[in-house]
Amino acid sequence: MEKNKKVLIAMSGGVDSSVAAALLKSEGYECAGVTMKLYENEVNDTAAAKTCCSADDVYDARSVAASLGIPYYVFNFKDDFSKQVIDRFVYAYENGMTPNPCIDCNRYMKFEKLHLKAKTLGYDYVATGHYARVEYDEKSGRYFLKKGLDTNKDQSYVLYSMTQEQLAHTRFPLGGYTKDKIRQIAYEYGFVNAKKRDSQDICFVPDGDYAGFIKRYTGKEYENGNFINRNGDILGNHKGIIYYTIGQRKGLGLSLKEPAYVCEKRLASNEVVLGKNEELFTDALIAKDFNWIAYESPEKEIKVTAKTRYSQTEKPAHAKVRGDGSVEVIFDEPVRAVTKGQAVVLYDGDLVVGGGRIVRAGL
Amino acid sequence: MKIYADNAATTRMSKTARDAMVKCMDEYYGNPSSLYTIGQLAASKLLEARETVAGCINADPKEIYFTSGGSEADNQAIISAAEFGRKKNKLHIISTAFEHHAVLHTLMKLERAGFEVTYLDVHENGVVTADEVEAAIREDTVLVTIMYANNEIGTIQPVKEIGAVCKKHGVWFHTDAVQAAGHVDIDVVEQNIDMLSISAHKFHGPKGTGALYARTGIPLTNIIEGGAQEKGKRAGTENLPAIVSMAAALKEACDGIVPAAEKVTVLRDRLIRGLKKIPHSKLNGDADKRLPGTVNFCFEGIEGESLLLLLDARGISASSGSACTSGSLDPSHVLLALGLPHEVAHGSLRLSIDESNTEEEMDYIISSVSDVVEYLRDMSPVWEDLSTGKKQFYFE
Repeated sequence: MEKNKKVLIAMSGGVDSSVAAALLKSEGYECAGVTMKLYENEVNDTAAAKTCCSADDVYDARSVAASLGIPYYVFNFKDDFSKQVIDRFVYAYENGMTPNPCIDCNRYMKFEKLHLKAKTLGYDYVATGHYARVEYDEKSGRYFLKKGLDTNKDQSYVLYSMTQEQLAHTRFPLGGYTKDKIRQIAYEYGFVNAKKRDSQDICFVPDGDYAGFIKRYTGKEYENGNFINRNGDILGNHKGIIYYTIGQRKGLGLSLKEPAYVCEKRLASNEVVLGKNEELFTDALIAKDFNWIAYESPEKEIKVTAKTRYSQTEKPAHAKVRGDGSVEVIFDEPVRAVTKGQAVVLYDGDLVVGGGRIVRAGL
Repeated sequence: MKIYADNAATTRMSKTARDAMVKCMDEYYGNPSSLYTIGQLAASKLLEARETVAGCINADPKEIYFTSGGSEADNQAIISAAEFGRKKNKLHIISTAFEHHAVLHTLMKLERAGFEVTYLDVHENGVVTADEVEAAIREDTVLVTIMYANNEIGTIQPVKEIGAVCKKHGVWFHTDAVQAAGHVDIDVVEQNIDMLSISAHKFHGPKGTGALYARTGIPLTNIIEGGAQEKGKRAGTENLPAIVSMAAALKEACDGIVPAAEKVTVLRDRLIRGLKKIPHSKLNGDADKRLPGTVNFCFEGIEGESLLLLLDARGISASSGSACTSGSLDPSHVLLALGLPHEVAHGSLRLSIDESNTEEEMDYIISSVSDVVEYLRDMSPVWEDLSTGKKQFYFE
């Protein structure tokens, strides 16, 4: 039934999206590959090798597409990426939050911009190499987003913003596979990138120095300020508030008697509050900009498991929608370093119930 | 219907050029530098090719240097002038902002090495004047490098007048004639040209071969060191099959230049008339001072890449600008040089036709482009902003 349907595969030049293309092609879809040119990374030659959308990545993606005999294009999304992803990233750090740009990239670039482009060009679906699954639920008439079967690789967390319309026109061919199996398939196809390492870090900050990136991007200097403790005692000097994130211990440049962690960032006074590890635990959070997937916004409190950052196991919790549409999540046990700007994603087993952006730790 | 309308990117080899190449591969396989008869035969073919190419532009055969293409010829011409300028302590070069990247990037390299480059304004119509060139010439100017015809919009520069100005002031004049050769008349003597670059695949010859004309008395600097080929100015065994084929292609093109230009101009103007009817569109570059076969339009509210893909689906091969820059996918530097804003430059379409095209094909292109533009505008958030008055239209 799906035969002759047209699918546009977002190909980064990495192993996952290459195999995604191979799998869809073997299922009989009419495929085309596309690499989204998101930013100019050739500026930093040494770093370019390990990021996406460099000339080498485009070469790899084109080579895979050619070996599969599918058309391949490069689309220029640089303007949108800078507006929708990098600007939001910078804004969040400047405002004391810790953003997850991959979520914005999926939301605004892959599932809005690329979806619109695909639709315009007559494609039925957009596919990506994410480890997640989309299933249509006859009973509710909804498209469900589920975790990838490989729990180590599951990427459903970064997809929580997907709408029903987007899910209906999306294919995640890797959702039922393990990463090992995907690499094996890449070898079997003889893809040039079968050995390529997984992408890490933030693609536009390949050296990991996000604060340095922000300074270059905005051309601004970020003012020094004080590290203080809960009593307001000055513990030392910090390099600028954008350098720190909640829960951070390393790189503070202080020698204190006991381990100190970033517990709070005070924008108005440009102060970073340090404290003990225990102080980082909270049993509740508030999230906004919430997207419900498994059902519409629930009236009653729901029992879920919740994840407050990408590399974290879910914790049992209860969630309920407040009068203003924001969502309150209460954890059964306190969780560490709930951070403004990160996403909270609620699960029911394998099912993504919904997710939103954390605006507050505690109630 | 299948229509190839991207002849400015590359052309299909003519039968004459193909046959010349195959014959050369089969029969003249010797190394032109070898002593024995087979080598001598190859050398004579090389000589013939040189004479043919020289004859097409009214140069002396000794003034023709075969290269790997237009880019190499551009590089060598500019580097040679720069070397000369260094010796004479003349470190100023004049060019325009809409040159091909083979020129622009070479100039940028020289700027990093201490040269100063004046980039002349090409105005809204994409044409510079000789007066502007003259006004920019200084005591320390060593070179003026201005393209004969622009590769994206097809506008033709007043080469003869610019050459005269350069001659008057004792400044070398190089012109990148990659888009012009074989399409419009070139006479290096009458047009006061000191150096000129051509590329075979733009006039139905093979890819990867070209030539640099350098007037007698212009000292060339080697880019590729090695053997004594090309009078010691370009090492490497000559690509004889390609060179012979280029010569055949150029001769064929130049012999038929008048009727071909007449025919193609009629087709081009039909295309322009039809595409102009699309609302909020603009023909880029001067309407008259242009190559017979090149048309470049901007359509507001659309993205060029979607337009190209949908035209491809209808059998039309076109481009949004230069194929050489499509790797970067940025708005065309040529269109930006004309003063078009970023977002408008994104919605560009270049159609470059030749004498094998027909009126029927032009009509098919016009109706396809009109349909696709309308369809894309219906889907475009930018168009919605424009048509609801949230944003201002740039063109009528």
